[in-house]
Amino acid sequence: MVEKEFTIIDKAGIHARPATVLVQAVANVASEVYMTYNEKTVNLKSIMGIMSLGITHGAKVKVTISGSDENETMENLSQAMKNQGLAE
Amino acid sequence: MTQILAGIGASSGIVVSKAYRLEEPELNVEKRIIEATDEELLRLDEALKQSISELEIIKDHAQSELGEDKAAIFAAHLLILSDPEFINAMKDKVTNEKVNAEFALKEVANMFIDMFEAMDNTYMRERAADIRDVTKRVLSHLLGVTIVSPGMISEEVIIISEDLTPSDTAQLNKKYVKGFVTDIGGRTSHSAIMARSMEIPAVVGTKSATSTIKHGTSIIIDGIEGKVIIDPSEEVINEYEVKKVAFEAQKVEWAKLVNEQTVSADGCHVELAANIGTPEDIDAVLENGGEGVGLYRTEFLYMGKMELPSEEEQFEAYKKVLERMKGKPVVVRTLDIGGDKELSYLDLPEEMNPFLGFRAIRFCLENEEVFRPQLRALLRASVYGNLKIMFPMIATLEEFRQAKAILLDEKESLKVEGIPVSDDIEIGMMVEIPSTAVAAKQFAKEVDFFSIGTNDLIQYTMAADRMNEKVSYLYQPYHPAILTLVNHVIEAAHEQGKWVGMCGEMAGDPIAVPILLGLGLDEFSMSATSILPARTQIRKLSKEDLHSYKDEILAMGTADEVVAFIKEKVE
Repeated sequence: MVEKEFTIIDKAGIHARPATVLVQAVANVASEVYMTYNEKTVNLKSIMGIMSLGITHGAKVKVTISGSDENETMENLSQAMKNQGLAE
Repeated sequence: MTQILAGIGASSGIVVSKAYRLEEPELNVEKRIIEATDEELLRLDEALKQSISELEIIKDHAQSELGEDKAAIFAAHLLILSDPEFINAMKDKVTNEKVNAEFALKEVANMFIDMFEAMDNTYMRERAADIRDVTKRVLSHLLGVTIVSPGMISEEVIIISEDLTPSDTAQLNKKYVKGFVTDIGGRTSHSAIMARSMEIPAVVGTKSATSTIKHGTSIIIDGIEGKVIIDPSEEVINEYEVKKVAFEAQKVEWAKLVNEQTVSADGCHVELAANIGTPEDIDAVLENGGEGVGLYRTEFLYMGKMELPSEEEQFEAYKKVLERMKGKPVVVRTLDIGGDKELSYLDLPEEMNPFLGFRAIRFCLENEEVFRPQLRALLRASVYGNLKIMFPMIATLEEFRQAKAILLDEKESLKVEGIPVSDDIEIGMMVEIPSTAVAAKQFAKEVDFFSIGTNDLIQYTMAADRMNEKVSYLYQPYHPAILTLVNHVIEAAHEQGKWVGMCGEMAGDPIAVPILLGLGLDEFSMSATSILPARTQIRKLSKEDLHSYKDEILAMGTADEVVAFIKEKVE
């Protein structure tokens, strides 16, 4: 299992467009991917899950990945966050 | 039997075709207990699959017709349809509770809809509408009800609907949609503006189109006179075919003037420019011989989206417009949001009087983090053509000075960063608040140009909301009070050697054109399709004669007197 914390720097928080990109980044991986914010944990493969967190600017979110491709998935996800200007 | 409906001709032209009813189907869901749950799951999978392939088509269409940007929402819709939490919750319901797929879908969707609607952020609350939209599509497949989506139309038709939303019009394909008729709306409503920019005939505000016209009926739209003929006889169809040919011939005559200058009978030149909302509108501007863009409404870059457009995205749009206009003037109006135009992601407070409230430049001066990226994008684009920038809803000189100072500040920063910026950008303002028309002399000393926004100027001067049917009679473009203000603005500007344009429906109006020409207006900015008729008209008018009527017209008591006078003098 790997874990990583991200601070959301996008002014608009995680809106539909970045959420779409994050879900697309993990949709087909073997590992289970979760995001935790405000003590609520959701499946990151679920667009409605991630949207329902209502993540705003400055939020600290935790991503937990466990499975055979966990390291690779975390790397890809970090890159997607960066490319979208969501987190550094 | 033939019936005739009267409405407002929103976009001229004549078309004969089949009616296509665009309406929301009834989707009633009953709870049923299912024994063969495996079959039910297959049915659900099938409905999801069909919905996905439909959405793919809509997304591709939106992408090619409207750009990546507007297609993004459909990418999110597609993800909802493959969302494991959503799908598995439905499947669990079917398997464990042995209920039908429709019921499971509705229950699960409602749970998510409730969850989003309970969130304290407007943007998130509105996402409930996305789930509803997607759910409706799947439900229609489960129930075997055809859901009509304008993007799916693949034969020549005339759309009949109560109204067309921006997302409906976003999907219209000109190849198949030959025109449309709506129950509500006016000449300046969204659907009417869209029809004119797509150059398809449309009649809006018929009140009873949807209750009178049946799907598949043969109909004629006369967008010139604002009439819809339902189930016409052969004879009437022939008559309209003749009328259509005459209109097309007239268009050919107009087309001869595409590359001509706009010169009055006595040799005076005025500029006929076009109002645009997106870079795609430039096609129509060039085809109709526009001598410039007199109003680029940048709001469309901000609307129908989930977040602010980036500086880069804006830069690309402005650059495209400037490049395509090849050095002809392009007047860009900075963000005019608020009032009736809301942006969900900005969470603007609701107001008692939105038209008198926190909007346009008032909002931008308070929210520089929104304003500055737009100005930077404009300045960066300025080297690709002849850019002029104007600020909307200026009421006081301080506002203009403040906006201009921010613009110059961004220009300095760009230069320090080594990014080229044109040094010939004119900076002007909209005249739409009566205070600025009255004090035009003071403003004229500091601006490079004025553009009179008649829609707002008239409603603020007459204190009448033009959308309110009870008081819409007060929306009087030819009222001597309005003409006096316009005249005052033109005189004040000319004294300082500045030019005056007008954007708004009035600038292309055949009654207003002679009056404005006589008052000395320099630039007329209108819908692209009004340019050639206006050019044809101006070539027959003598500016000097019209100027000589000025005092007489301004001294008149009522708008009706003005109209009667002009009709007599011009015809």
